[in-house]
Amino acid sequence: MSENTLSDHQHVLILEPGRAERHYWRDIWAYRELFAILAWRDVAVRYKQTVIGVAWAVIRPFLTMVVFTVVFSRLANLPSDGMAPYAIMVFAGMLPWFLFSTILSEASGSLVGNANLIGKVYFPRIIIPSSSAVVALVDFAINIAMLFVLMAWYGFAPTWRLALLPAFVVLAVLASLGPALLITALNVKYRDFRFIIPFIVQFGLYASPVGFSSAVVPSAWRFWYSLNPIVGVIDGFRWCLLGGESALYIPGFFLSLIVVGLLLWLGVSYFRRTERSFADLI
Amino acid sequence: MDADIVIRAEGLGKRYVIGHQAETERYLVLRDVVTRTAQSAWRKTADMLHGRVIVSGSSFEEFWALKDVSFEVKRGDVLGIIGRNGAGKSTLLKILSRITEPSEGRVSIKGRVASLLEVGTGFHPELTGRENIYLNGAILGMTRAEIKRKFDEIVAFAEVERFLDTPVKRYSSGMHVRLAFAVAAHLEPEILVVDEVLAVGDVEFQKKCLGKMDEVAGQGRTVLFVSHNMQTLSALCSRGLVLSEGKVIADSSMEAAITAYTVQVATQNSSAPHILYDSTGVKSISDSSVVRVEMLDHEMAPKIALPSCGSVIFRIWIRSRSALPQGSVILSIRTASGMTLAKFETNPRRIQPLKQAGDHYVDCCIDSLSLMPGQYFVSVGLAHYGVRLIDWKMDIGTVLVAESSDPRIEMSGYPEGPLVVQHRWVGEPAPQTHLVAGPGC
Repeated sequence: MSENTLSDHQHVLILEPGRAERHYWRDIWAYRELFAILAWRDVAVRYKQTVIGVAWAVIRPFLTMVVFTVVFSRLANLPSDGMAPYAIMVFAGMLPWFLFSTILSEASGSLVGNANLIGKVYFPRIIIPSSSAVVALVDFAINIAMLFVLMAWYGFAPTWRLALLPAFVVLAVLASLGPALLITALNVKYRDFRFIIPFIVQFGLYASPVGFSSAVVPSAWRFWYSLNPIVGVIDGFRWCLLGGESALYIPGFFLSLIVVGLLLWLGVSYFRRTERSFADLI
Repeated sequence: MDADIVIRAEGLGKRYVIGHQAETERYLVLRDVVTRTAQSAWRKTADMLHGRVIVSGSSFEEFWALKDVSFEVKRGDVLGIIGRNGAGKSTLLKILSRITEPSEGRVSIKGRVASLLEVGTGFHPELTGRENIYLNGAILGMTRAEIKRKFDEIVAFAEVERFLDTPVKRYSSGMHVRLAFAVAAHLEPEILVVDEVLAVGDVEFQKKCLGKMDEVAGQGRTVLFVSHNMQTLSALCSRGLVLSEGKVIADSSMEAAITAYTVQVATQNSSAPHILYDSTGVKSISDSSVVRVEMLDHEMAPKIALPSCGSVIFRIWIRSRSALPQGSVILSIRTASGMTLAKFETNPRRIQPLKQAGDHYVDCCIDSLSLMPGQYFVSVGLAHYGVRLIDWKMDIGTVLVAESSDPRIEMSGYPEGPLVVQHRWVGEPAPQTHLVAGPGC
């Protein structure tokens, strides 16, 4: 009887212990403006009170590219992918790697960094880590412009495969969001996880084919190497950008896709399961 | 049943687990330290593997911040929620605004809820005033179009026109608060949940805020309002809910609720009336707090009755785990209607009650308590002098001021107002035999 009086015409919100949101994804859509403004805030604030500002987004990848090209190509004498100049190959691998590592480091600390919001206002919590990922996309856009400048400098023309690049950008974002959501939610409960991120970023740079082509990995290991989801993403980027002989290793690519999907499912479901207690723990 | 009910809470409860630190002995043996560290590391690992929360401390206790709370709110009600510190008011507001979920029971809410638990949530110091209006508005649940429409109104209300493009970190704290409140005041939800946010800004601005709240309430919106200020509450609210130790002890008209609250505060320590507050036996979670307050006379004997303009000593015991050389102790007295009459604070340049960790006391000696007969509320606190409050115990007890037997203290025919002010009248003396009648009689 009491049900009827409350639910006659308007949407009734029921708060109960352990109650799952029925309209989880619709709720998130309703908060899209907050998502946009939080993303804008993170972007606007990122280079405030820095002397060279956005130039940081240019210098970091440029120097990394120079160092990697010198170390891996000149000193270690590793081969490039087909005909592509080594610098371009490194840069094409660095794009998704920086996207991944920036999303991971920005998003994993985002919940704890916005503790005051979480304790004082309600909104779907997933907005915080995902809007902080937009910062990484802005840096990514700058980097991709740099890549085109670099390609023009070397006189290297991309092929039709470039048209498929957006799909791989989406893949890179999804591959980053899975672990990012998992770690940011775990970080609320166990602050140990913020110490894990620098590790992942530091080791991952060498464990992933950023400075070298994944073709140099012995073929017996190549399939299992793709358990690292970034391997598939980087290979995909190189396939799009370098064209020609940069071949996609299909079994490994699908293994990477499965790992990306698994991590994303794990991240989202763990996040959803724990987000209702964030305010009590943070 | 009534179709106008917009909020219905049934058997609401919220449980927290708190950890206690074991009594630490003065001298520890290395072996003990090693065993204890190992035990705690083992327990933390086990907790994590089970997905439990890590609680520091060596023993745990369940603590119900709210227990079995049920009430209904109708459309257009302005509900005032009162209760002492730790009564569960904030927890209740957090559940209603979906920030935290209840541990038991349920709430049904009809309509859009906006909660205002803090002024200026999400303000970013690096962004300008203009940018922060959009940011804060979006955080509070306004759409971009809505903020755009009300932008000029918000700016005018906050009186910050000239500083719109200045980063908020350069604002004075007054401007900061005005801007934040201006955004919040222009929210137009169906249900508004407000925590004590009016205790900010100067008196002029507070008046403006109250006016705005009154306007909002007048538009038929449902408002839930937590405050310690009884005058504000009785002016704004049609209904009152009194919470005590997580339970509802009164759900009635605002006047009746204030009376219930007053009675509750007055009767809580009937066994030893000179002890206003005592939590010395309770293990505290915080590092530094006020643990006991007693009233003494000048011979340090317990004092119960206070005549008007009599003397009294408030002995305030504080307990701290660490030395706080800049710590200060605060005592304030207010009327039953909530107006603060006096507030005293120690100055660390002269008195340092917490030079060392441990239990210490300070005496607040009042030679002449110039108050009219009646009931007054005492609050005590501990602060980092001039920086922030460390502990604040609101309305820990009441002081009953009795009529004075001193013939020099002359009352008016109809006593009014809380203060006794030393004064004398100069004028035409009355004839010894009869009183002079006024002109026209």
